[in-house]
Amino acid sequence: MNLHEYQARELLKAAGVPMLDGGVATTAEEAHAIAIRIGGTVVVKAQVHAGGRGKAGGVKLAKTPAEAKEHAGRILGMTIKGLVVQTVLVVPAADIASESYVGLIMDRESQRPLFMVSSAGGIDIEEVAAKTPEKIHRLAVDPRFGLMPHQSLGLALKLYQNFNQVRAAARIMEQLYAVFMANGASLAEINPLATTPDGNVLALDAKISIDDNELDRRPDLAALRDESAEAPSEVTARKANLTFIKLDGNVGCVVNGAGLAMATMDLVKYYGGEPANFLDIGGSSNPEKVVNALKIITADPAVKVILFNIFGGITRTDDVANGIVTATRQFKVDLPIVIRLTGTNEKEAVKILEGVGMKALNDMDEAVKQAVALAKEAK
Amino acid sequence: MSIFINASTRLVVQGITGRDGSFHSKQMIAYGTNVVAGVTPGKGGQTFEAKVPVFNTVADAVKETGANTSVIYVPPAFAAAAVAEAADAGISFIVCITEGIPVIDMAKVMPFVREKGARLLGPNCPGLITPGVAKVGIIPGPICAAGRVGLVSRSGTLTYEVVNLLTRHQIGQSTCVGIGGDPVIGTNFIDVLAAFQADPETDAIVMMGEIGGTDEQKAASFIAQHVTKPVVGFIAGQTAPPGRRMGHAGAIVSGSSGTAAEKIAAFKAAGISVMERPADVVRLITERLKK
Repeated sequence: MNLHEYQARELLKAAGVPMLDGGVATTAEEAHAIAIRIGGTVVVKAQVHAGGRGKAGGVKLAKTPAEAKEHAGRILGMTIKGLVVQTVLVVPAADIASESYVGLIMDRESQRPLFMVSSAGGIDIEEVAAKTPEKIHRLAVDPRFGLMPHQSLGLALKLYQNFNQVRAAARIMEQLYAVFMANGASLAEINPLATTPDGNVLALDAKISIDDNELDRRPDLAALRDESAEAPSEVTARKANLTFIKLDGNVGCVVNGAGLAMATMDLVKYYGGEPANFLDIGGSSNPEKVVNALKIITADPAVKVILFNIFGGITRTDDVANGIVTATRQFKVDLPIVIRLTGTNEKEAVKILEGVGMKALNDMDEAVKQAVALAKEAK
Repeated sequence: MSIFINASTRLVVQGITGRDGSFHSKQMIAYGTNVVAGVTPGKGGQTFEAKVPVFNTVADAVKETGANTSVIYVPPAFAAAAVAEAADAGISFIVCITEGIPVIDMAKVMPFVREKGARLLGPNCPGLITPGVAKVGIIPGPICAAGRVGLVSRSGTLTYEVVNLLTRHQIGQSTCVGIGGDPVIGTNFIDVLAAFQADPETDAIVMMGEIGGTDEQKAASFIAQHVTKPVVGFIAGQTAPPGRRMGHAGAIVSGSSGTAAEKIAAFKAAGISVMERPADVVRLITERLKK
């Protein structure tokens, strides 16, 4: 789960990371009031779960409170990479002497939290990494011992020569590591970590992503989720314990398992169709999940056919069959349904479906071909 | 021979009295797996299905039954601790089925597992099966058949799909291994590929990958250098849309966007026959075994 910049700032601030005092606004008037309180030039920043905000026009400098109000009015409601901006952060504009990058990620290869730091920070850091990888310094931290003092100092020495700044940066890295571990983050990033002309080291922008698996045991973090920043169908799916991603096609897919779900979408495309979504009903599925899946899919007017592809393992295919029957009783499904199921309790499932006059196919390619053909007929 | 599990596997099931644990223990026993013990703290002294003794700790189970392999079905909040317990008790091969374990818990437990010299498969994986001999995990037994093709996969049900296709076309398997898709896993593609390469009862390998990360690219370069057996591969997610990625660290660490096209190119460059769709596995394996 991605946090907004202002939420990430609050976590870092609580850990002691130095940053400029700002405020969060959901209306232009609020932004105006914050700009007056701060005084001087401010930056108005769109709070949206997408990179490239600045390049999309979602970050603006304002010399006066009136200008801040005007920018906030324009940015609020703006769409960036398909997401509508609901909130802006207003912070003082800092005089910047240098920009560094400090990132911490859970690294698959070392299987440890991995620091990446560079004195060439700012918005072009990925280009720096691609073209001049020697400018990125890495350190994997053994979580049993944490970030040791010589390690944070060593990383900070890659960024600064002035020893006051080195010590300040080392402390910030220790604070960043503490926030990362305490909140089960998968990513925590300060970019830029800036120095001001008078020598202070400050975090000017922060990103934190929380490992979704933490949220069950951390209701405080789960409460930070901003549902207004997500597609409504994806929110509904998550509440029903389904993984759903909307796509542009017309073949609605209900599959168990992410790998098989992707392979099913690929096969729809292979046979000349377009998948309308990715939907994984997961393992241990109960009939209720299938009902919810069908509700979400049929809510999309673009969908012309519904394709089930279920390979029973933990998922019992008779549960899925019962779910299909229950759903079609609960609400009218006007679309053709193509069902492929095989595996655990397949015979029972076929019987359940045949009892209501539905057919089940055994072969994935056959089912996908049929679904694609039906979608084309419906056009 | 097969890899990781065989006729001398003596299995302890951690979480044997739970809903998933008991269901799959019955299936494993029915398949012929030598399930020698179960562990549920507080239920020591009970007997599962009138034949498998239940212990309070893995250490007790090992001492009393000589268990050498463990499978874990405990809930996510306790699963990493269960892995550590198994490693501490001297279990040499640990399979963790549990999905949804916080990644930081796994990062903390992995160094301990290594220190104890144990191999972990998973978490968030379907386990593995050596057809006709033993299954540890949740891969449905009836879809498998004994034979000489090794299979390794990051996903669960997609594995079943391919195994099922092979079996229906009389192509049996030596061992089928699901490594799981979590960021921190105990056994990766390369570990399994090396084991299949060394296994005299495996003639060819099927490798099922997915978009994201660089594990498939690394596996491809390992294959180019160290695997002489024919390999057939698949990448799921060719039509998946690019995600709305946050931050830069992901791209910096991998230097790659992990797209299907990148991975397929790496496969081809390593001499792997690439399936366009799962059903191609039959034709490609048959071709590669003939050569």
